[in-house]
Amino acid sequence: MQLEKFNYDNKIVKYFAYATILWGMVGFLVGLLAALQLVFPVFNFNMAETSYGRIRPLHTNAAIFAFVGNGIFMGVYYSLQRLCKARMWSDKVSWFHFWGWQIIIVAAAVTLLAGFTQGKEYAELEWPIDIAIAVVWVAFGLNMMMTILQRRESHLYVAIWFYIATWVTVAMLHIVNSAAIPLDFMKSYSAYAGMQDALVQWWYGHNAVAFFLTTPYLGLMYYFLPKAANRPIYSYRLSIIHFWALIFIYIWAGPHHLLYTSLPDWLQSLGVVFSVMLIFPSWGGMINGLFTLRGAWDKVREDPVLKFMVVAVTAYGMATFEGPMLSLKSVNAISHYTDWTVAHVHVGTLGWNGFLTFSVLYWLIPRIFQTKMYSTKLMNWHFWIGTLGIMFYVIPLYWAGFTQSIMWKTFTDDGVLQYNFLETVTHILPMYGLRAFGGFLYIVGASLMVYNIVKTVKSGSLLDNEPAEAAPRPSLAAVDKKYQDSNWHRWIERRPMQLLVLSLIVVSIGGLVQILPSFLIKSNIPTIESVQPYTPLELHGRDIYIKDGCYNCHSQMIRPFRDEVARYGEFSKSGEFVYDHPFQWGSKRTGPDLARVGGKYPDSWHYYHMIDPESMAPGSIMPAYPWMTEKEINVDKTPAMIRVMQRLGVPYPEGYDEQAIDDLMEQANQIAANLESQTDEQVIPTSEIVALIAYLQRLGTDISREAPRADLDEE
Amino acid sequence: MKFINYLESITGIGIFPMTSLLIFFLFFTGVILYSMSIRKSTIEELKQIPLDNDQNDSSDDEKI
Repeated sequence: MQLEKFNYDNKIVKYFAYATILWGMVGFLVGLLAALQLVFPVFNFNMAETSYGRIRPLHTNAAIFAFVGNGIFMGVYYSLQRLCKARMWSDKVSWFHFWGWQIIIVAAAVTLLAGFTQGKEYAELEWPIDIAIAVVWVAFGLNMMMTILQRRESHLYVAIWFYIATWVTVAMLHIVNSAAIPLDFMKSYSAYAGMQDALVQWWYGHNAVAFFLTTPYLGLMYYFLPKAANRPIYSYRLSIIHFWALIFIYIWAGPHHLLYTSLPDWLQSLGVVFSVMLIFPSWGGMINGLFTLRGAWDKVREDPVLKFMVVAVTAYGMATFEGPMLSLKSVNAISHYTDWTVAHVHVGTLGWNGFLTFSVLYWLIPRIFQTKMYSTKLMNWHFWIGTLGIMFYVIPLYWAGFTQSIMWKTFTDDGVLQYNFLETVTHILPMYGLRAFGGFLYIVGASLMVYNIVKTVKSGSLLDNEPAEAAPRPSLAAVDKKYQDSNWHRWIERRPMQLLVLSLIVVSIGGLVQILPSFLIKSNIPTIESVQPYTPLELHGRDIYIKDGCYNCHSQMIRPFRDEVARYGEFSKSGEFVYDHPFQWGSKRTGPDLARVGGKYPDSWHYYHMIDPESMAPGSIMPAYPWMTEKEINVDKTPAMIRVMQRLGVPYPEGYDEQAIDDLMEQANQIAANLESQTDEQVIPTSEIVALIAYLQRLGTDISREAPRADLDEE
Repeated sequence: MKFINYLESITGIGIFPMTSLLIFFLFFTGVILYSMSIRKSTIEELKQIPLDNDQNDSSDDEKI
């Protein structure tokens, strides 16, 4: 048969590789800054833009979407062309994808630091950027699917299934979770509230881990590991089972992020059961990766690329063993809200994603530049320093998490809490210091890689268009005829569109079963009569709380445990959050829970605490927010805010938007007067601090109120 | 955007996890049975896809 000649596009792979390296270094450095801020609050630099609440989302977004995102595209653009024996469908779309994604990253970095955020973890970006992400993601999907459709290889290798499932699931998650009503160009409110928002968010959040950090990287593993080891994958059968089981089960596991919260119990149980089941497909993948190296361990000793891969796959195995364990309610009762979770996540990102990315870079760069890596010795150094960095990062954090949790739960013989919250924080600061050192080591390792790759690139020359040839793809009928043993899976392995649709169906089931009932059935959120919408000033205060990322360190969810009830007050109920667009339950307690902070301290305490936390809580690691006394809220936006809330179903009386500013000023003047009498300071009623205090003093107070509040009911 | 609760309460919620588990179990069993039934020669072919030389001239497609 006549062979067709064509070229592989290596230039786009090079660009994605460079972007991966650049954003990786940025993401790591921002992470190091965040780690240092927790030990030395001076690194918050007393500016809103550089305070921890904004730096941490920048770090997570940079690590996930910039570093790993570009890593995915680098690996997919390289492997897909070879697996399909075809050039990417359209160079124009490739470049649109590349530059679109980089512009989104820059826009994300700028807006996150400027305080534009939707206030939902890993989904912080505001609606215009969300739309841009959707457009670029569609371009990527189009380019990928068209390439697959024009392929010369009739079978879709298992890596491609993972790419397809990744694309379709991320699209679904992103669209559903980002649903919001815009207030203006860069501000919007989540379409969902309270418990429902929490459920949708963690359905998204968990599956961002599953379908952004895991499935595409498994696809890369299935291509690059056999390539690097020069032997086929251990078990192709296992890969089939592994693939379908993984995508089917993963989607159900989201509620394990909400154990013991006011999420309905049936949902929590579903989350636990499926999380435990996840161990099987996950380990199926790990075993498949590691067993591929059976009989080739001598190569692992020689080749740093394989070393990185072995640690990556091992880290994947550890993280996916730990995940189900953390999903057990009894373990979660200890681990949740502590640094244990942070350690767990970093085994995955530093070990699995980071090391697999490094190995792919080391494997791919010399190939497209037609040379050898500049220095194997430096690769080995990178490997050992990076591994040590991971150890120094995670071990102290496991220690810190466990210690803090035990301290939180310790009572004296007299039955009172033994430690105040701050004591449990200052106690673990040395661990935070070690963690920052671990992060530093990881960066040192990555810097060696940058140097090594720069030298390699300089010594080689890029093969922009790599010539290749292959026979045209035979007709489907011919292939089907050849494989007489065909059944549905053999059938689908040759039909990418059907595979895409089936993947979508499979990943939809879990979401539908969990999310629909929680929206349609009233008993899931028992109503509480005394819970009323926020006042206009409190809404502004809430916006500031979200803007400065307070949720990164403070939860608003008291679990029904003795110590939490003793420390924070009555446990939280889902009916308390029905007007929270978005929910602010949080996932980590670097500071104490704030669900019932309302009325706990006088206004003046909050005033001084925000200006200088250490004045009220010596030893506190909270950033200072001194500008809040000067910076003013935009009162003119209030009517529009009320109207958006009304559209979202918050029952403000009709026409209340007209009156909102008056009510706002009345409450603001009252708080300002109160503050002035307590502090002898001049207080601007429309300053951010007044609005924030209004919000904080409201938190958790509704259930102790007898009747609906008079100030809103007089209308 | 308002969400309306169409049902007051849910009866027999236990059926949800049971049904889901059943769907999962059948699905999983199906996939296992299928994967066991693939011919070994086919499996060997599929495994080799990524290892095929880029200037592919050993593709099984040609043999068709």
